[in-house]
This record gives sequence, structure tokens and C-alpha cells, in this order.
Amino acid sequence: MDTDYKYEPKNGLTRWLDSRLPLMRFTSEHVLQFPTPKNLNYFWTFGFILTMCLVTQIITGIILAMHYAPSTLLAFDSVEHIMRNVNYGWLIRYMHSNGASMFFLAVFIHMFRGLYYGSYKEPREVIWILGCIIYLLMIVTAFMGYVLPWGQMSFWGATVIINLVGTLPLIGESLTQMLLGGFAVDNPTLNRFFSLHYLLPFIIFGVVLLHIWALHVPGNNNPVGLSVQGKQDTVSFHPYYTVKDFFAYTVFLLLFCYFIFYNPNALGHADNYIEADAMVTPAHIVPEWYLLPFYAILRAVPDKLAGVLLMFGAIAVLFFLPWLDTAKVRSGRYRPIFRYFYVLFVIDCLILGYLGAQVPEGIYLFLSRVTTIYYFAFFLLVLPVLGRIEKVKPMPIGISNSELSTDMVAAE
Amino acid sequence: MLNFIKIKSLILIASVFFVLSNEAYSAGGETYDLIKPGFSFEGPTGTYDREQLRRGYQVYREVCSSCHSMKQLAFRNLSQKGGPEYTEDDAKVFASEYTIIDGFDDYGDPIERARILSDRFPNPYDSKEAAKASNNGAYPPDLSLITKARSGGYNYIYSLLQGYGKEIPANIEISDTLSYNPWFPGNGIAMYQPLYEESVEYEDGTFASIEQMSADVTAFLAWSAEPEMEERKRLGFIVMSFLIIFVLLMFFTTTRLWKDVH
Repeated sequence: MDTDYKYEPKNGLTRWLDSRLPLMRFTSEHVLQFPTPKNLNYFWTFGFILTMCLVTQIITGIILAMHYAPSTLLAFDSVEHIMRNVNYGWLIRYMHSNGASMFFLAVFIHMFRGLYYGSYKEPREVIWILGCIIYLLMIVTAFMGYVLPWGQMSFWGATVIINLVGTLPLIGESLTQMLLGGFAVDNPTLNRFFSLHYLLPFIIFGVVLLHIWALHVPGNNNPVGLSVQGKQDTVSFHPYYTVKDFFAYTVFLLLFCYFIFYNPNALGHADNYIEADAMVTPAHIVPEWYLLPFYAILRAVPDKLAGVLLMFGAIAVLFFLPWLDTAKVRSGRYRPIFRYFYVLFVIDCLILGYLGAQVPEGIYLFLSRVTTIYYFAFFLLVLPVLGRIEKVKPMPIGISNSELSTDMVAAE
Repeated sequence: MLNFIKIKSLILIASVFFVLSNEAYSAGGETYDLIKPGFSFEGPTGTYDREQLRRGYQVYREVCSSCHSMKQLAFRNLSQKGGPEYTEDDAKVFASEYTIIDGFDDYGDPIERARILSDRFPNPYDSKEAAKASNNGAYPPDLSLITKARSGGYNYIYSLLQGYGKEIPANIEISDTLSYNPWFPGNGIAMYQPLYEESVEYEDGTFASIEQMSADVTAFLAWSAEPEMEERKRLGFIVMSFLIIFVLLMFFTTTRLWKDVH
């Protein structure tokens, strides 16, 4: 890693500050001059986009909390109060609700990028694991946030998911009661979900800082997958990537704003505009779109506990990815067989998402079993075996050197 | 390779829209698609038709409101921008036709007064139980958000209102207390046919066909569910215009900046 930084305090004040709190030096080294591989493609802009998503959710969330009332008697109407009576309340709320969807869309692209280019491989295992923790926290936060408007899907989604926890042996029952604050989804549940929904984003923020810290030790991976060999391979983060990331973010904003202003309820479920009613069960209880693949895995097996374990397993397996993939070559570009399995995996996840919204019967049930099996087989069978037998394609010997070689170790 | 990945990311985005595709409603082998008359408020620049909203309010007031509440609406909303835009005086008159219990006097007796602009629309029933008792055990839902609260949205409401009086298919059984309606889930709806030709006499002289009233009251309900829609689209246009220019500027900046990096 090239650490040839050149920070010189320019005046008396910055010299004084530098010897006490080297804030300017830190910014200069880790934001402005940070050497970044020059060959990153647009899939690498999602780190910045995700940071902006988090900031947007936190700011809009804080404003919403000023007007929201976390009580089963008031919650639904207080959301409508925000929509109708608070100045630009509809804008803030639509930003927040659609922002969650955009956050997940971005994180999926970010993760699939990491998966394709081997960004989890040595020496970046910790970055990946921290990323998985962020993803897990995002799921929990989004789930709790979805309960707050106290619509029918809020209530019944919470009921279904919390009941699942109850199937766990030994701890299940007490854990369920702890989450509920009683024996059914009710006011105590709503109150603690609100409290935790406010807390968790700041924990996510903390883990994001660790994620970036861990990233700044080895530096970015890149599409070629080779380590940076010298100055010729990098550009400074500013202005090259600040500008490029921001450009990508503005494009991302176009999609975000389309939803906010022209189709704000497209990603939500109609039933959540009906106030929660414990006496009326909706015909189909479905989670938000970004949780559908896991919901499909949950319902793929007849046994409830097995379904729950599989669902948690589907996320847990991600944590072990750095050791499950035995290939030495990072980038999927030079792994001809892996590429097919990878594309199949992406399609598999999309189909799982589709199946999560269907009633698990007949062909849907069969398909969800097949896709669940492939989901796990990809991590537990394909990646461990493929790395040992796959013949890699010739690859460049350096980021700036297009001479080809099949020996990555030599290139390193 | 890059194209390859771009296609994949497109698939990912497309899958988001995939789940949102339209539903068809089936009744014993026959499939009914939603009737889509094409409302003035559709599309990125669509706005509500004031006259239609006013007619719709008249239908709600004279027909629907005998069973359905609209608890999120206040009388002041009737005169606000982007809605039926009655004058404030007209809205005051509408409000004053209803009373409300507003606290208690010094003797502990309830104070009943006429409603004012800041009061909400009245609820036809004192309690959910009373509502159910009057409607064969079915609860007439609050209509404030109804077009957002049903899949199919306003087209569903529009279709449902015209789904009465159709012949019941032989393989469907509808109990005596329910009416057959092909668009209602399960086909048996507790609401009796609400609209008949000339159920209301429109103040503006429009002929009150079932189709006309259905469209008018649907538009009114769509406004009630999304009273911010006109402002949202107006702001959206400004934001999108700005963003498109900004995206272009950022694109040129990025290309220029990266021109010499190889």
C-alpha cells in the first residue's frame, strides 16, 4: 500500500491543531489524497451512494419522529397527520419510506459487486464481515420501521416474524415475549420497536465507520482484482472519486425522486394504508420486497423451525464467504466457470424474491425448493469446489500493465 | 463484460417493478379486468378536475356518508389548494350542517355546537360496534385512504361501484345478506348496490348516470387519499428538471476530469 501522503499544515492555526488533534491530516490522508485504484467501474460508486442513503434515512427519520406518536391508538393517524398537516410532511415520509427501498436496492448491487469481484477475499475479509453485520442491522431496522405506521401489514408482518422466533428451542418463548413486551403484538411492542428503530441507524453508522476504516487498511479492491503495485495504479480519492461518486449519486437520485414524486406507493403494500386490526387477518401476509427472497426460503420447507434456521442460515452463510470461496483469483472476470454460476445465483435470488410474494403451493413451492437448494449450494458446494478445479483465464500482470499471465501470485 | 453486468443490474431493477404488475379479478372461470376510464389526475402532470371533485363530494355527502366515515378529512381541506377548492365560505356552510360535542359545560352537560372549518368530517356511527350492528356484521371501512388501501387503487373502486346487478355465474353461491360483485375478493360483498341512476341531482346539471357518479366519487376519494398529489407532481417536475441538468453537468465534469487517466 502506497502511504506517501503529503500533508503540510499551511499556517499557524493548522500547525497548532495538527499537533493536538490531527483532524486536517486525517481528512487529507483518508479523504482527499487517499490513493484509490484508477480502474474502478461504476459498481464501486455504491459505497458512497449507500452512505448518502443512510444519512438521508437518519435526517428524514429524525424529522418524522418529531411528529410521530408511538402508541397503538395514535400511530396510524399520526402518520396521516404527517402526510396531510405537517409542512412537506408527505415529502419527508415518502423520502423515508422509499429511501428504505433505495437503500436496499443499493446494498444489493454493492453486495453482488463484492461477490463478483471477490472483494471479500484476503486481505479484505473483515470489510466483508462488517458489511454483513451492517446488512443484518439494516434488515432488523427496516423490519421494525415497517411496523411503526401501524397498518395491517405492519401488525401482521410483525406477528408472523416474531412468532418465528418462538420456534427456536429453549430460548424461543422468552425471546418472543421479550420482543413483544407481552404475549401479542401490542402497544409495548410498538414502543420498543420505535425506540430500537431510532437507535439502530446510529449503530449502523458506527459499523459503517469501522467498514471504511477496515477498507482503508488494504485499500479498494478493483475490477481486475490485483493488488495495487505502485503509484501508477492509483489516483487520489479527491477529486477523481468524489466527482465520479457524486455523478453516480445524481443518477441514483433520478430513480429515487421518480418514486418519491411520481410513484410513491409503488413499492409498498396497499394493506398498510388500513389501520392495524388484530381481528382481521389480511389474505396474504407479505414482507417488503427486499425481504422476499428470505421469506421464500422460510416457506420452502414444511417444518417451521427448519424454515427459520434456513432463513437465518441464508444470511449467516454470507459471514463465512471469505473461507468458503477457495479461489485465489479475486475477480470473476478471469474465472470462466464461476461467471456462469454467479449469473445463475443472481437469477436465483431474483426468482426467490418473486416466489416470496406468491402463495407457497404447487409449482411455486417446488420452485422455491429448487432455488433455495441452489442458494445454499452456491456457497457450500460451488464456491469451495470451483476454486480448486477451475482453470483461470490469462489476466493482466498489473492494474496498469495489460501484459497477460495466468499466474496471479506472480503478478502480486 | 460490462454490458453483461449492466443487463444484470437492469434485471435487478426490473424485478422491483415486476411484483407490481396488474391483477385480474376472476369470478368462476370468467376474468374481469379492472375498468380503467382514464382519470384526469393520472400521469406525471395530471391534476384533479375541480368540478369532478365537487360532484364527487356531493355523491359522498348524499350517498356514501350515511355508512362510511372519512376521518382524516377536515372541512378546511375542502377549500385548500389542490382539492375541490370550494371558497372558505362554502366550506364553512358544509361544516355547519353537522354538529359536534365539544367538551362539557359547568353543569357537566355536553356542549353541542355546529362544526367549523377545523373540525373533521362526522362519523355516521358512534362506534365500530354500532356500525357493524347496522350492516349485518360488516364494518363499512373509513374512506379517507381507500384508493391507496386497495390493490388496483382508484380503478378498483371505480370498477367495484359499477360491479352490481351482474348475473351471478352458476358456479358461485352468494349468501342472502351479500351482493354479487365480480371485483370484490370472494365476490360476495356486504355493501348493497350504492348507486342508481340519478341517485343524486348534480348541482352543476351533469346527468347522474351510475358511471358518472362512480367516476366522480372515485376522483373525490383519490383526492382524499392523496391531497398532496398536485403539489407533489409540481415539486417533482422542478426537482427532476434540476436533477437532469445537474446529472449532465456532473457527467461532463467527470469525463473531463478523467480524460487523462489511463
